[in-house]
Amino acid sequence: MSIFVDENTTVIVQGLTGSQGRFHGLRNRDYGTKVVAGVTPGKGGTDVDGIPVYDSVKEAVEATGAVASFVVVPPRGAAEAILEAAGAGISLVVCITEGIPAQDEARAVNILKRDFPTTRLIGPNCPGIISPGKCNIGITPGNIALPGGPVGVVSRSGTLTYQALHELSQQKVGQTTCVGIGGDPVPGTSFVDCLAAFEQDLETRAVMMIGEIGGSAEESAAEFISASMTKPVVAYIAGQTAPPGRRMGHAGAIVSGNSGTAQGKMDALNAAGVRVAKNPTEAGEIMVDIVHSL
Amino acid sequence: MDLFEYQGKQYFERYDIPVSKGGVAVSVDEAVRIADSVSYPVVVKAQVKVGGRGKAGGVKLASTPEEVRQHAGNILGMDIKGHTVERLWVEHATDIAKEWYASFTLDRAAQLHLLMLSVKGGVEIEEVARTDPEALVKVHVDPSEGYSLSQAMDAVTKAGIDAEVRGETAKLLVDLYRCFVEGDCDLVEINPLVLTTGGKVHALDAKVTLDDNAMFRHPEWEEFAATDTTDEREKSAKQRGLNYVGLDGDVGIIANGAGLAMSTLDVVSQVGGSAANFLDIGGGADAALMTSALDLINSDSNVKSILVNIFGGITRCDEVAKGIVQALAGVDLKSSIVLRLDGTNAEEGREILAGHISDRLLVEKTMLDAASRAVAMAATKDSNGGDQG
Repeated sequence: MSIFVDENTTVIVQGLTGSQGRFHGLRNRDYGTKVVAGVTPGKGGTDVDGIPVYDSVKEAVEATGAVASFVVVPPRGAAEAILEAAGAGISLVVCITEGIPAQDEARAVNILKRDFPTTRLIGPNCPGIISPGKCNIGITPGNIALPGGPVGVVSRSGTLTYQALHELSQQKVGQTTCVGIGGDPVPGTSFVDCLAAFEQDLETRAVMMIGEIGGSAEESAAEFISASMTKPVVAYIAGQTAPPGRRMGHAGAIVSGNSGTAQGKMDALNAAGVRVAKNPTEAGEIMVDIVHSL
Repeated sequence: MDLFEYQGKQYFERYDIPVSKGGVAVSVDEAVRIADSVSYPVVVKAQVKVGGRGKAGGVKLASTPEEVRQHAGNILGMDIKGHTVERLWVEHATDIAKEWYASFTLDRAAQLHLLMLSVKGGVEIEEVARTDPEALVKVHVDPSEGYSLSQAMDAVTKAGIDAEVRGETAKLLVDLYRCFVEGDCDLVEINPLVLTTGGKVHALDAKVTLDDNAMFRHPEWEEFAATDTTDEREKSAKQRGLNYVGLDGDVGIIANGAGLAMSTLDVVSQVGGSAANFLDIGGGADAALMTSALDLINSDSNVKSILVNIFGGITRCDEVAKGIVQALAGVDLKSSIVLRLDGTNAEEGREILAGHISDRLLVEKTMLDAASRAVAMAATKDSNGGDQG
């Protein structure tokens, strides 16, 4: 089993004709993902390596019945692209775009909640979602993930997600699904959404979460874990040595005053019974031990 | 990007938010000229992006040109919590009847905008929230709905703003929200928002944080960007298009991805070292960007060893390797590089580097090993440097 996607998920790529869209769209298809169409306004009727391109998401959905969209659109058009997908009936939108203005993102996420409550947005500013051996939507290098479970992975960071997959796969510990929720202040999918889905997923038997400084999503995750989670969780929080008031690469990675610190998040997770590692390698080691003892 | 008070006030003016008449000065003479033009008495205010300047003596009232000269001379060049005062804001002094507080920001947990309004202004709002939470009105605003005058009237009434200026204050809040949204701010804060003895509502201070991601639609932000940082390393990084934060340690850091870069700082600290910087070369970095990053780190005189931590996703390890080879040839590297390379095309990358391994370039298999080696090298160089000096 997997969460949010599986081997039957049909995907369109918004921005398939751009260099990034083409590169990652074709890579996703090579991985085995059912990439059925592309969308670029004005480029309808053309194709990218045999994948038909449509002018709008609506046309692409009507022609292919796609249920998911991979948004690879520059920051100025990304929020509109997300809403266009939702409006056309897409139920899963994966947006990797980094640099979307915070005001656009907040507006789009709230319009989704109000008008399209059944559409799930993953990201923006994330590596996407991969269920190893089944479906890869986004930019995660497929070869570092290992099919078969039993670990679910959820992370705010792209490269740290790769690092985590690498640590697990090297020890022959597979993953059910790996969700990159992204490093922006207003993500469409939260830690709690993913933890809840992993808790329900029969094949997932343990969860690794990778958080970072800024906001309070990890504290909310700790509350959820404490109240509702039976499966073991291992966590790592990046930015333990980050200076306050400075944005560390991600738009959402900033310690404001006393809030959003790595220590606060680690304490909350510890109190919720989560095994908190001090670096990604240790998180991998702890998880391998847990999986071997399951 | 945080704005200086004077920039914040100029930004407020675009959205019809009332501020005092004033001007920015970089010299004593200029301060006096501005004071003469806005009429006395005036307030001379240090422009620093840090709180507590009043207590530090950075805000002074002046009634004559001589007093302006004296205060401006004292304040220019003053150090306030590590920030050197390079600019003054000189404005006509306001007769204050009451001091209030107003701000809009994003409540990340609720994913909604948040108005905070209080009749207890002029002090730190965290203090009010702790000691007198009843006096702080917090109202969520749905970013997909906007903010209306009637919502603003409800808020000012609830906050206990004086009845005769409720309409005026509500209008100011609507304008402030417009500044927040249309002006692409992460934060707009007025503390204090004052009621003058003449019965006018007025922004006596301005704290504005702009959303760097919206730069593309605000060409007018160029002038703010020009004064954004005084750290020469950060200025240089900005020109190179690198995501950089200067720190105090001696291990230079280059990583791809914000999370991996943060994690690299953590691991360096865990093995007993201290990072000189945060530097994320981002996804899809090519050889030229890698060379540029090494050149930047090399120009930091505090750096004693360089740790390059790459996990290739979009970034290809062969490109990173090429960049390092180019830097070895073209940049006079003052410190040795310790490299960890994994992910996309890592094998190809290692092959490219194979002929270049020396005491100037070492490759370690894991992030922890690479960090330990880089920290040890910085420590060795430190003690050697000490012996020579």
